[in-house]
Amino acid sequence: MPDDTLLTASDVSRRFGGLTAVDRASIALVRGEVHAVIGTNGAGKSTLVNVLSGEIAASSGRVHLHGRDVTHWPQPRRSRAGIGRSYQRTTIFRNATVFENCRLAAQAHFQHPLDLWTRAQRCPQSREQAEQAIEQAGLTAQAQRVAGTLSHGQKRQLEIAMCLATAPTVLLLDEPLAGIGPDETERMLALLAGLKRGRAVLLVEHDMDAVFRIADRITVMVNGTVIASAEPGAIRGNAAVQAAYLGDSCEPMTALPANA
Amino acid sequence: MDLAVFLVQCLNAIQYGLLLFLVASGLTLIFGILGIINLAHGSFYMIGAYLAYALAPWAAANVGGGFFVALGIGIVLSIAFGYVLEWAFVSYLYEREHLQQVLMTYGLILVLEELRSILAGDDVHGVAPPAWLAGTVPLGGVMTYAVYRLFMSGVCMAVALALYLVITRTRVGMAIRAGASNREMVQALGIDIRLLYRIVFAGGVALAVFAGMIAAPASSVYPGMGNQVLILSFVVVVIGGIGSVRGALTASLLVGFVDTFGKVFMPQIAGLLVYVLMAAILLWRPEGLFRTA
Amino acid sequence: MKLPRIAIPPAIGRLLKFWPLAAALVVLALFPHIGGGFYVDLVLTTMILAIFALSLELLVGGTGLVSFGHAAFFGIAAYATVLLSAKTDAPSLAWLLPPVLAIAAIAACVIGALCLRTRGIYFIMVTLAFAQMTYFVFHDTSLAGGSDGLYLYAKPRLAIGDVTLLDLGRPMTLYYATLGCLVVVYALLALIGRARFGQALAGIKSNEQRMRASGFSTYPYKLAAFTLAGALAGVAGFLHAVKDGFVNPEILAWHQSGAVLLTLILGGIGTLRGPVLGAFVFVLLKEVFQSEAVFGAFARHWQLPLGLAIIACVALMPNGVVALPARFRRLRMPIPHAG
Repeated sequence: MPDDTLLTASDVSRRFGGLTAVDRASIALVRGEVHAVIGTNGAGKSTLVNVLSGEIAASSGRVHLHGRDVTHWPQPRRSRAGIGRSYQRTTIFRNATVFENCRLAAQAHFQHPLDLWTRAQRCPQSREQAEQAIEQAGLTAQAQRVAGTLSHGQKRQLEIAMCLATAPTVLLLDEPLAGIGPDETERMLALLAGLKRGRAVLLVEHDMDAVFRIADRITVMVNGTVIASAEPGAIRGNAAVQAAYLGDSCEPMTALPANA
Repeated sequence: MDLAVFLVQCLNAIQYGLLLFLVASGLTLIFGILGIINLAHGSFYMIGAYLAYALAPWAAANVGGGFFVALGIGIVLSIAFGYVLEWAFVSYLYEREHLQQVLMTYGLILVLEELRSILAGDDVHGVAPPAWLAGTVPLGGVMTYAVYRLFMSGVCMAVALALYLVITRTRVGMAIRAGASNREMVQALGIDIRLLYRIVFAGGVALAVFAGMIAAPASSVYPGMGNQVLILSFVVVVIGGIGSVRGALTASLLVGFVDTFGKVFMPQIAGLLVYVLMAAILLWRPEGLFRTA
Repeated sequence: MKLPRIAIPPAIGRLLKFWPLAAALVVLALFPHIGGGFYVDLVLTTMILAIFALSLELLVGGTGLVSFGHAAFFGIAAYATVLLSAKTDAPSLAWLLPPVLAIAAIAACVIGALCLRTRGIYFIMVTLAFAQMTYFVFHDTSLAGGSDGLYLYAKPRLAIGDVTLLDLGRPMTLYYATLGCLVVVYALLALIGRARFGQALAGIKSNEQRMRASGFSTYPYKLAAFTLAGALAGVAGFLHAVKDGFVNPEILAWHQSGAVLLTLILGGIGTLRGPVLGAFVFVLLKEVFQSEAVFGAFARHWQLPLGLAIIACVALMPNGVVALPARFRRLRMPIPHAG
């Protein structure tokens, strides 16, 4: 495997009772690339992300991180090995400051549970990583604000910052643009595009304009299977993709909440 | 163990399990649909038993049907009580954290227990079953079995069947099943969710009170009788899965068998076996056997 | 007229923050010399309840785990104290306390390992059920005197050779030993709270999903908290057994688990002052409701006003007594005028 392919799923399937949510999907995340996964509702996108992150076990197939087989690793272990994950519904610590949010996330790499004497807030390593993450996410001015008082767009930025606080090499982003208004979308897109430096980024999104702007590679899923995976230009012209999206109905592709 | 003894124990297990099912089904529905944890559920069982005791002299004076009329009165009273309790107290629990619900309903237990103490004293009472149900039935030559216990099992099965029909065949039942998986959607569809909650709560109360009423002749009436039933109902709900009536039935019967045969084979630790069962199931399926959504 | 501002050096300022705690400590330390025997015993009972409540605070306020079965570890430790206590006139404290705490910790670890496989409402129910199980172990079996209970042969003491350092059989010694334990437990929980371990627990309480996504294995953290909470409850159980010289299954009853949860919410969850304050409020309420001087013959139905008080307190003061000063301050703030 070339050194830049950081995370792969090989023929991954996931069944829930009689329902096959993901059917033999394969995907490869490469360093320096934003790899978008798009699909209609119920296509299996979120399930695939959950299998990659380790929150759901695969029914069959393999997941490899940095060349190692992590198929049976639980999520925390995969996270410590370099996977960062953001969620569609913001998972921040609402009662803490922005800085403390990132510092606590960073603490995962410097846990020292038996050291009762050092104040957590004074842990230098987690503080440093938090500062870097906040800076890259563009939240330095808000660092001392309580997370619950941020605007929705800033909360989504914080969600990204918390992922960055653990210094991941792979980022799995589940609809980071969800619920963000047009003015803040530009800032978010710039942030997302910058994330790929030195990292592999997986992006699940419904906002097609955003996807075609920043993605280096697009995978299209329908009903649990991958029907196409190529550069944006090739996807635009792909007949199967057009059929899946436009098919019998002429619904415009807008950013809808996902149940995938 | 010869066949007759085995049969008697099986009948005991089924009767115990079905009675527990009546109480636990109300508890699991209230959990699943209203989303509240109600510690006072065992107190409703106790209220039923004391109600049977209070109505007994009246029922005895009106022979032939007095017993069933007393049951009917009990059901009507319990539905009314459930309605009022939901409106006056339970409705304040809906948006609160689990801990607050637990403690407020714990306070309710204390209030109900003391009210019972003030109104009906602290003595143990017996309640006589109606004369035509008081005999025994021969089983396999040597053993006999109390008719009243057969009656209890029969009634519980009828109620279980009625519950099944209501939930699967009526519109109220449909709303209940929908509400168990998605509360907000039910509201969005225009179904009056508050009314649904009140009906479900009153129904749960009625089931527990009814169970207490028919159990009274078999188990006698005493202070604190609600506690053990409550905790066993919790075990049943944990094993069966919150919100699942089918799970409650399976788990109740399981608990009934484990407890009954436990008392036969290992009387010293019989009380523990149910918890060992729960521990074993937790190791295998932490969310219960039939978890809904 | 504005008062002149006095410049206080920051170090002293930090210390001054602790004056309410220090004052409380002084009052508690001096109390036996000013109060009568009955009241000293009451304060002793309250301090033991405070230790018990603090142990539960680590779970409820510190980690977000609502356990309705914490009395199990209190009771197991109390019973272990009686059962392990050598049948001599002067059982050694050094040989008694460590094994008692170890037993409480092991029980908490085993029960916690099972209970923590569940979440939310299930967790509350399962902890209640396991506590009931331990109640049955002591009530139904002849392990430890069944429903009659068991007497402690003699109160333990700490001695080196022939010199007795601490004789817990003497009421004054027991009082100050309990106060000492309260201070140590309080300080330990304060340290844990601000250390990385405590902050991780707080993160788990706030958003466990995010903690796992960041790389924390949350199950070991929760189990560690559960075990430690059990051991600290064991301290309270030990002191209870020594104080009363007697144990019976009722100390494991779920009413005890309910009472300590109540103590927490009365005082205020999320602080360490809360459980201690709550213990005093709870004992006070019970004493008042049980007092025949106030309620006459009705006093035997004291659970009725207690139940109503519980409902009222949880409904009206869900953040406990600790939060009252802030609420009072908000009430007193002037309403801004428009224009």
